[in-house]
Amino acid sequence: MHGDHAPATSAGPAGPAEPSASGQSSFDRVIAGDGRIEPRDEMPDDYRKSLIRQISQHAHSEIIGMQPEGNWITRAPSLHRKAILMAKVQDEAGHGLYLYSAAETLGASREDMMQALLAGKARYSSIFNYPTPTWADIGAIGWLVDGAAICNQVPLCRASYGPYARAMIRICKEESFHQRQGFEILLTLSRGTPAQHELAQEAVNRWYAPSLMMFGPPDADSPNSAKSMAWKIKRFSNDELRQRFVDMLVPQAQALGLTLPDPDLRWNAERGHYDFGELDWSEFKAVLAGQGQCNVQRVEHRRRAHTEGAWVREAAMAHAAKKAARQQQSARGAA
Amino acid sequence: MSGSPTAEWPLWEVFVRPGRGLSHVHAGSLHAADAEMALGNARDLYTRRGEGVSIWVVASTDIHASSPDEKDSLFDPAADKPYRHPTFYTASEGVPNL
Ligand SMILES: [Fe+2]
Ligand SMILES: [Fe+2]
Repeated sequence: MHGDHAPATSAGPAGPAEPSASGQSSFDRVIAGDGRIEPRDEMPDDYRKSLIRQISQHAHSEIIGMQPEGNWITRAPSLHRKAILMAKVQDEAGHGLYLYSAAETLGASREDMMQALLAGKARYSSIFNYPTPTWADIGAIGWLVDGAAICNQVPLCRASYGPYARAMIRICKEESFHQRQGFEILLTLSRGTPAQHELAQEAVNRWYAPSLMMFGPPDADSPNSAKSMAWKIKRFSNDELRQRFVDMLVPQAQALGLTLPDPDLRWNAERGHYDFGELDWSEFKAVLAGQGQCNVQRVEHRRRAHTEGAWVREAAMAHAAKKAARQQQSARGAA
Repeated sequence: MSGSPTAEWPLWEVFVRPGRGLSHVHAGSLHAADAEMALGNARDLYTRRGEGVSIWVVASTDIHASSPDEKDSLFDPAADKPYRHPTFYTASEGVPNL
């Protein structure tokens, strides 16, 4: 047995075996005691499958999420902004890689996950199917999209599956820079010329509602949530997190001198929260179903990058094999 | 699309020493063609913000781990030996520096 990464084949073609009765009860005990499940512990097949689905979708989102921002690296308004944006996009690649390897500890193979994404069979967050027509969109993504991601991800640092929680801790540490740099871009524009201010406002208008939808459908339409909460993967419901996010945004928007595009947004003293308007879930579903502005383009781009990189991956393997053979030969010669 | 069936880059476990005087700690894992590339990738992936002063990479297949099934036989014997802890000894209570 090899540490946390059991070889993917060890589980056999039928996948990991169902846990024994004693395994199930020890799993239940760990979950009840708010402990962590580690890779080689016995766990219900459903738990494993649902984690693989969630973690790989999350990884795909990070990887596809590089594209809307990568689109602006060559056109960033200054060298300073360009360096920051490159660092941010590089972080997102890193997030994808942390998460893929967390999924691998559950027996998923990297190659399978990659192929599912390239074949357009895997899901990723639909927020990345929106375009980034102006520089202000980069600010709005950092502030709103990374902001929503942080809201979602902070509780995942306590997810019951150890490798996922550890990946999330690393990710959350890096995300706060992402949100702050986005906020700073918007603030600079908002305090700039009237045209720049307008650019910032329009970007916020574009990204506000989609960012609220990042928390997923309303609790009533989110059948998997209850299970995920019972397993302590998820700690708060979609609607709870969305409310928390809106409550945080309002004072931040004021600091930016920008408005949030929702006429129903107002403080509710009784609830101690902001009320906000109904979201257009039909749009969300359409984008999820592949009718977003960029769905085809995003997967197409990833596929092209993968295909064009094939020779590099092959050459590296050939080089490694040659080096290993040479080492073996000289070791034999020395003996 | 995937072209010729290339072997997947093997998996490596990454251990990072966060600072001088501290042990290497498992940071995560990554894929790389060989050890040299694994070190380079580990640097890019796990130490972008000065998280470490030294990196180890180990092929995941070279890690040998105790099995969770043997947890009881391996670790339980330690549980019934309280006399290995200083708190077991109470006769010295009140005596200075002991
Ligand atoms: Fe990220
Ligand atoms: Fe981010």
